[in-house]
Amino acid sequence: MIGDWLDIGWLDEIPLRGSRTIEVEGGDDVAVFRTGDNRVFALADRCPHKHGRLSQGIVHGNAVACPLHNWKIALATGEAQGADTGCTPVVPAKVSGGRVLICRASTLKAAA
Amino acid sequence: MDFYDVPSPATPDVTEPDAGPARPHLVVVGNGMAGCRTVEEVLSRDAGRYRVTIVGAEPHVNYNRIMLSPVLAGEKSFDEIVINGHDWYADNGIDLIAGDPVVAIDRAAKTVTSKAGRTVRYDKLLIATGSDPFIIPVPGHDLPGVISFRDMADVDTMLAAAAEGGDAVVIGGGLLGLEAAHGLTLRGMTVTVLHLMPTLMERQLDEAAGWLLKTALEGRGQTVLTGADTAEIYGRGRVEGVRLKDGRDIPARLVVMAVGIRPSVALARDAGLAVGRGIQVDDHMVTSDPDVLAVGECVEHDGQVYGLVAPLWEMCRALADGLVGRPSGYRGSVTSTKLKVAGLDVFSAGDFSGGEGCEDIVLRDGARGIYKRVVLRDDRVVGAVLYGDTTDGGWYFDLLKKSEDVTDIRDVLIYGQAFASGGGRGDPKAAVAALSDDAEICGCNGVSKRQVVACIDGGSTTLDAVRATCKASASCGSCTGLVETLLALTLGDEYAGERATKTVCGCTSFTHDDVRREIIAQGLKSIPEVMQKLHWTTPDGCSSCRPALNYYLLCVWPGEYQDDQQSRFVNERLHANIQKDGTYSVVPRMWGGITSPKELRAIADVVERYNAPMVKVTGGQRLDIFGIRKEDLPAVWADLNAAGMVSGHAYGKALRTVKTCVGSEWCRFGTQDSTGLGVRLERMSWGSWMPHKFKIAVSGCPRNCAEATIKDFGVVCVDSGYELHVGGNGGTKVRATDLLCKVATEQEALDYCAAFIQLYREEARYLERTAPWIERVGLAYVKARIVDDEEGRRALAARFLFSQSFSQGDPWAERAAGRNREHHAPMARFIPQEEMA
Repeated sequence: MIGDWLDIGWLDEIPLRGSRTIEVEGGDDVAVFRTGDNRVFALADRCPHKHGRLSQGIVHGNAVACPLHNWKIALATGEAQGADTGCTPVVPAKVSGGRVLICRASTLKAAA
Repeated sequence: MDFYDVPSPATPDVTEPDAGPARPHLVVVGNGMAGCRTVEEVLSRDAGRYRVTIVGAEPHVNYNRIMLSPVLAGEKSFDEIVINGHDWYADNGIDLIAGDPVVAIDRAAKTVTSKAGRTVRYDKLLIATGSDPFIIPVPGHDLPGVISFRDMADVDTMLAAAAEGGDAVVIGGGLLGLEAAHGLTLRGMTVTVLHLMPTLMERQLDEAAGWLLKTALEGRGQTVLTGADTAEIYGRGRVEGVRLKDGRDIPARLVVMAVGIRPSVALARDAGLAVGRGIQVDDHMVTSDPDVLAVGECVEHDGQVYGLVAPLWEMCRALADGLVGRPSGYRGSVTSTKLKVAGLDVFSAGDFSGGEGCEDIVLRDGARGIYKRVVLRDDRVVGAVLYGDTTDGGWYFDLLKKSEDVTDIRDVLIYGQAFASGGGRGDPKAAVAALSDDAEICGCNGVSKRQVVACIDGGSTTLDAVRATCKASASCGSCTGLVETLLALTLGDEYAGERATKTVCGCTSFTHDDVRREIIAQGLKSIPEVMQKLHWTTPDGCSSCRPALNYYLLCVWPGEYQDDQQSRFVNERLHANIQKDGTYSVVPRMWGGITSPKELRAIADVVERYNAPMVKVTGGQRLDIFGIRKEDLPAVWADLNAAGMVSGHAYGKALRTVKTCVGSEWCRFGTQDSTGLGVRLERMSWGSWMPHKFKIAVSGCPRNCAEATIKDFGVVCVDSGYELHVGGNGGTKVRATDLLCKVATEQEALDYCAAFIQLYREEARYLERTAPWIERVGLAYVKARIVDDEEGRRALAARFLFSQSFSQGDPWAERAAGRNREHHAPMARFIPQEEMA
């Protein structure tokens, strides 16, 4: 049976205020973020602006700064903040027993 | 649901001789806080309803487990922490079986059996077994001298060990661990705390508060190691020490493991009850068996497990209501933690992790060691963290639980209840105006409101002028806002506000220069420390200030400051240049622009092996390999390293390239060995981090083929020596260099270069290149520091070379050897399967 959540690894494998990627065969990567206060979020790994790899940006507060042009993307909604507009797909993520889980259906959708 | 129906009369059981009236028999497994509290609650509702038997594993009456810490610390005796003495059991006709744990439940026969073989029949069974300490299964965890911190027996063991003194290690920097460490320190042991996570008590405190706590504990003589992962506990016959995974070795004759607790569910599971993380109960604390109830730390309610006392009390009340036939129901608890850890006040409540739609209000007072953070969502308090001053914890918690709209008091909320409900309500300016003339404005310098106002009336009409004359806000700066408000109140419209110079970013009111000055003056050594002492208004900064702080700390404390990778831009974190398609380009260093067949072959091999779509000659006389995947970078570097090449830092705010012409060795016009000097300059300065990128060039004659006069530092060789040029820039705004001076020898050229770089490193603002920096401070200033002041020049050069002694390890070689592997590899790969119908 195929579950609703993908178990992608231990929380500790993601650096604090950092990000790791999940490779999705046949699609774009999903970026998984860990904030300074140990919350976990996942987004399609592409900025709505010029498709920069958000996983490579600086994570601060509840946002990530895209490495290409410094757009700030809200981790919870995938929306560009401030004057910029655009939105990147969100993948629901959670931590259970120290393991990081991301939503399977949304992963497929985000990677498409 | 039938559990509150009065059960049928009990048949006399095995151990109970007193037949008495036929009341249902309530048997409580666990003589701890939750079990006994439930009994108290039942007795207060309907004293005659049940016959009660309590079976406990410990040989004691009911005591307050939370107070074990003061017993360890010597502040209380065991008798003082007893909640219910023998009289209570006797007066209420409760049978106590102490020191004999229940080992089995037979739900069909409705009996429990103890270790000693006693069998007791029940009508209602209450499981209140609490929780078990979690023991990390490292080698040596079972050696004598390794204990947990859970009950009175553990405390007795610690007291015995402390009587002999020596070293103790506490594994776990949560509340229990820190309490154990505090007690053992007071009892004279030398204590080291090992904590796996980067900050202490990360579940109750955010990073800033955790850092303050660590600093305070270190000030009390404890050694606190965070990020410390235990590999093994060793010793022959008994514990002798702890070894960490990074190889560090800490001697210990006592090891206290306080890494966490787990609901104690074994008994319930063996009895076939539904068990998740804890024993699963409904809103009336009934398990999957209607005659078996459970309460306290051992239960799981609505997916939640609780380890604090307040939720337990709420559960006990709901349970008692159900037991006497007046069910109320437990709906889960919002928890707050107000603690004194080792005498230090901390408080947290609700959800302080932030998140979508959350706003932070942060107050930091470095001098008083106070940190307050209130988290709002939709104008309501949803979380709070307080450190140092927890007076208002209850008030914030109350606002949180009532979910009150705080719009009206928002701007004074962080100052606490007294302030918010007092004269200052809604207008911080009015609050300052309302202060008495004697009120202290600046605690560091003891300046009163009267003195500040007199100073302003006397003609000091700017913040700097006030600081210069009466010293208010000139030290830690935490009263800057108050002084600015006084300026505004006193001068009215004449006061234009401050800060013609820009602040670092929106997270702070300090400028770059302020921050650098305070890092040195206050000896600040980490990013959280800077943010705390300089009153940052965000919990962990932003993508503007974090890289700047990381650089400033690196510059001030060479060899000492631990670089924060997460505060670096992607190129500096991955030691390569990100391109628009997410691949990277790689530029190996070519010293002075000179290469060799071996290097060229290695580069050609890399291009072919990793299918790099393009190789390009850069403007800095090197080769740039494009289109390398993040995952392949370590392998590419390993190949380049094997041919003797190192990182070219083409990606960094760092020394980039040293461009040269061929000079006197080949060129008919050449006056000096320009390539040789270029190589020596590059060998001296490579690997250094700077406020911005930094380029050098050396031309062998005034024809200047190496274009040295648009570089940050350019050397133009002439017959009589070397002209040194500074502050040039290509790019959007071209600026030709200024002539700094002329020197006679190659060594002088090297020394002046080192001194100039260091002056730039120490005084330019982050992301300010040499051209705007020199235009800002003036060429005369740079000349005065580098040319005229010989002693100063030597000192600058010496500081640069000292710093370089720590920065010339090749980052590529470290990565190729496996360091920070997580930056390169994906965390997981997902291969979608065909969906099954």
